[in-house]
Amino acid sequence: MTQPNHAHTALNPLSDGEVAVVFAGDYVNKLSGQRIERECRLKLESGYRALVINFKGTELVNSIGVSILLGVIDIAEQKEARVVFTNVNRHTVELFELLGLTRHVAMAESDDAALATLSEFAAPSPPQGH
Amino acid sequence: MPDSRMTKVLHAFAALADLGEEIAETSDFEEMVSSALHVVLGALGIRRGAVAEYDARLSLFRFVASRGLGEAHPPDVAFTCDEAATHRSGDGQLRLDASALEKEIRAALPDLPAESVMPLVVRGELVGVILLGAKASDEAFNAEDHELVRTLGRHIGVGLHNHRLLRELEHRAEENRRLYDDLRAIYQDTVRAFAAAIDCKDKYTQGHSERVGKYSEIIARELGWGDQEVEGIAVAGYLHDIGKLVVDRDIINAPYKIDAKQSSELNRHPAAGYEILRPINHPYADIPLMARYHHERIDGRGYPDGLKGDQIPLGAKIVTLADSFDAMTTDRPYKRRRAFAEVIEDFRFNSGKQFAPEVVIALCRAILKEVNGQVRPRQIVKLLGKGYLESERVPAMLEELIVELEAGDTLAARHG
Ligand SMILES: [Fe+2]
Repeated sequence: MTQPNHAHTALNPLSDGEVAVVFAGDYVNKLSGQRIERECRLKLESGYRALVINFKGTELVNSIGVSILLGVIDIAEQKEARVVFTNVNRHTVELFELLGLTRHVAMAESDDAALATLSEFAAPSPPQGH
Repeated sequence: MPDSRMTKVLHAFAALADLGEEIAETSDFEEMVSSALHVVLGALGIRRGAVAEYDARLSLFRFVASRGLGEAHPPDVAFTCDEAATHRSGDGQLRLDASALEKEIRAALPDLPAESVMPLVVRGELVGVILLGAKASDEAFNAEDHELVRTLGRHIGVGLHNHRLLRELEHRAEENRRLYDDLRAIYQDTVRAFAAAIDCKDKYTQGHSERVGKYSEIIARELGWGDQEVEGIAVAGYLHDIGKLVVDRDIINAPYKIDAKQSSELNRHPAAGYEILRPINHPYADIPLMARYHHERIDGRGYPDGLKGDQIPLGAKIVTLADSFDAMTTDRPYKRRRAFAEVIEDFRFNSGKQFAPEVVIALCRAILKEVNGQVRPRQIVKLLGKGYLESERVPAMLEELIVELEAGDTLAARHG
């Protein structure tokens, strides 16, 4: 599979064959975490090269949720896929920074911004902080 | 407190609550441990880790949960608690030295993530270990992190310990059950051996004890007895004539009608049987009494005690009928067995005198069900041999007698 085609994904930016969006939901705990992990696995197995996990409306991420997200990062790395977290609230960003998640994923304000970040990933030089 | 520090403390505090919830609400042990590991990893932002329980009997760590270490859990690791890790505390109790233990475990598990190795010790016993890889932040573990792992570890340790206790309890219950089954099998074998010994002594009644056991069992089941009681009455049937072991073989095997003196010698066998069976701790109730009373009669003209009606336990009444039924339907030294019509006549004549009518009804019903093909296997038909119950009149004879006895219409009643 080729790297994301910017011109093409711009038309249908995040559901194109290269980038998949998964919504985190309002509370990331064991139950929803397992659902997120399952969806991410499926997307990666069916050939997507990048995952955007959208935290719009996510109030809280508990410890199990954090662990599952770390697991998703692990799986993505094994498949050489990129992960971007979008729409993360201030409190959760702080938590992700504190726990080191932000060192392994890109953070973006929105799905559109994520697309821009992903096009940077497509560049030959490795992204910062990775 | 700065914001980030506050966030960290709150997250750790919430993790402890998450752990409590998982341990309390998850009934599946492996899932519980897996969730507990998630909590620890999520509390500190760690990608790789594992929890193993320690099996002291087999001296090995068995991994129950792992994360970031491949699809399967790591294989078991042999581990023996070295003496360096144990010492006696002031109260004389053996204690495990956590840091020495940690070193030993680290040495035993060289290929696994070991940024933090937390032995789980509950009441002086090693119950497991938590292994943690590096933090996603790449920062080293600080004192607070270690304290958090220790706190979470205490709860996980208790979870492992409880699981171990539960398993030991199950194991012991299983062992007891097996022991009980073995004892019961030994008892049954002994009973069968005795029955064979009794029947050996009486060459004309080969298999009598076993058949009386079977008939008693069938009648009791027809009367609605439970499995345990049915097993008991079968044993009573097997052993009812055990007293014959102390009666002179020549009297038992006499090919002619015995005289009065010989008869009173033979009649000792129910009381003798009672004395033999009484000291034994039977797993069923009233076995000795059923042997003692199997020659008692409803009308009080039996022996050894001349009991009447309800003074005789139902079990003994069942064995009495089973005994007589087999005597009538098998060849004896001085007479051939009776035709089934004659057996029915005997039942009719003796119900309310020698036999309890409700027991006669039960036996008739059981035979009727077999003859009509309502039950399989046909045990009575098989015991009586081919052809014995084949007459077309058999069902009608049985039905007629059942109706009479159910109406309380016995010859004994008619003659007051
Ligand atoms: Fe007898």
